[in-house]
Amino acid sequence: MFYRKKETAKVYSQTEIAPGIFDCLIETPAAKAARPGQFIGVYPKDASHLLARPISICDADKENSRLRIVYRVAGAGTGEFATYTAEDSVSILANLGNGFPVEEAEGKTVVIMGGGIGIPPMLGVSKAIKGDKHIFLGYRDCNNFLADEFLPHGNVYIATEDGSVGCKGNVMNALAATTIKPDMILACGPMPMLRAIKKYAEEQGITAYISLEERMACGVGACLGCVCKTTHKDEHSHVNNTRICTEGPVFDAREVEI
Amino acid sequence: MNTQVTIAGVTFKNPVMTASGTFGSGMEYSQFVDLNRLGAVVTKGVANVPWPGNPTPRVAETYGGMLNAIGLQNPGVEVFKERDLPFLAKFDTKVIVNVCGKTVEDYLDCVERLGDTNADMLEINVSCPNVKEGAIAFGQKADCLYDITSKIKNVAKQPIIMKLSPNVTDITEMAKAAEAGGADAVSLINTLTGMKIDVHRRTFALANKTGGLSGPAIKPVAVRMVYQVANAVKIPVIGMGGIATAEDALEFLMAGASAVSVGAMNFVNPYSTVEIVEGIEAYMRKYGVEDIQELIGCVK
Repeated sequence: MFYRKKETAKVYSQTEIAPGIFDCLIETPAAKAARPGQFIGVYPKDASHLLARPISICDADKENSRLRIVYRVAGAGTGEFATYTAEDSVSILANLGNGFPVEEAEGKTVVIMGGGIGIPPMLGVSKAIKGDKHIFLGYRDCNNFLADEFLPHGNVYIATEDGSVGCKGNVMNALAATTIKPDMILACGPMPMLRAIKKYAEEQGITAYISLEERMACGVGACLGCVCKTTHKDEHSHVNNTRICTEGPVFDAREVEI
Repeated sequence: MNTQVTIAGVTFKNPVMTASGTFGSGMEYSQFVDLNRLGAVVTKGVANVPWPGNPTPRVAETYGGMLNAIGLQNPGVEVFKERDLPFLAKFDTKVIVNVCGKTVEDYLDCVERLGDTNADMLEINVSCPNVKEGAIAFGQKADCLYDITSKIKNVAKQPIIMKLSPNVTDITEMAKAAEAGGADAVSLINTLTGMKIDVHRRTFALANKTGGLSGPAIKPVAVRMVYQVANAVKIPVIGMGGIATAEDALEFLMAGASAVSVGAMNFVNPYSTVEIVEGIEAYMRKYGVEDIQELIGCVK
């Protein structure tokens, strides 16, 4: 189901779940059509900040038409969003991007990886995939936001940069400490993590789907601001520059040069 | 009530167009607005061959505006003719194709290959600040602009609009050079060259270091330049630069623009173009304006 509108929605609830990390439920019909791995644009009300902030969809409550976003305050725009409370209006452009091909993961040994603020979209992905799942979550420290919510959906492994919880290091260190042989990896996180996953998947000859991030203006494929180099000539650009907002943000790791 | 405007023999149902580079070829925004409601769709710049554009980050937000350094990424005129122009032919709107190039020969090649298409007019981009070679050089020296305008005019099958750069000392000199070269119209302003530094990362916000500033922040500069140019040349002026509302569009019309283009605001409100069409109509009803011509250049 395709849904794409700019609309004024209502905040259902918002809480700070870790220092600077906010968990917000937004009432919008877009929730019914949302796919795991898609994102929305959230517009600041302060008109001096024009552009929508791309924020991944953490989860969608289709029954109650609520989209859940979990984001980190990074600047003035997200700083404004963090002040919103229940019943406040919020201006959104939804839904955007392609999402993860969760159907393809069915029946496979799937490794789901999230790093930092790349963790939230992997919750919706973990819920959507049936079968044998191993979930690796990478944090800076002991503020393991959302980790509890992953527990019912697979075997959860935690890595922390400071070693305060789980494996010291990153999600790839945590994977290496197990005997798991994934058939497929689905991931979102910082670029060094995604590069390591791409390299690992290529060495193992398995498929990895990774969700990319880039500065965006329009979010709908018109401005060509958020492109990524591709290995094959794509249908739209013809110059090996695919649009992260439209053909992505999720790509087969083999297809992108990162 | 008449909202029609005619530029170089081409009649537009209303004076509201899209600004090149902000609207693709209309496909992406056709899911938000009815393209049939627009005076024209001005397409993203196309060259005779595909261009890969600049590295990312290509965009950065600034106070009340944004910087871009896309670098005129485009799939080349042949793909454009096969894919984009047939798409636009399905709508009852005029099609203005923006043409870019690095050398005079590039421009002439592209213009010639567009001769047998459904493009109603061509807008010649001699003012992109984000491409190293050619491009803007043609738009910053009056003699170069005169030369390229006359050469393009010789081969063009459609009327041509020269798109002017605001990054010059006196934009009226450039407009006069375009007029003398045979341009059928001028459009202005392209983006203002700018820079943003990310103080946390201690680097440039854009990979290209500099980019073109657009959005509401530049509107007063654009209105001033449109006013100056409209009073300096006899050919029609298409005005743009930070138009967000119908009132903004009316400022440009009153300053002397025969039509206006909506650019960066498409990103902010994907419904802006049609809202501006409706807002102009509402203004005309409110003030009993029978013909939009009464408004064009009415502020002397």
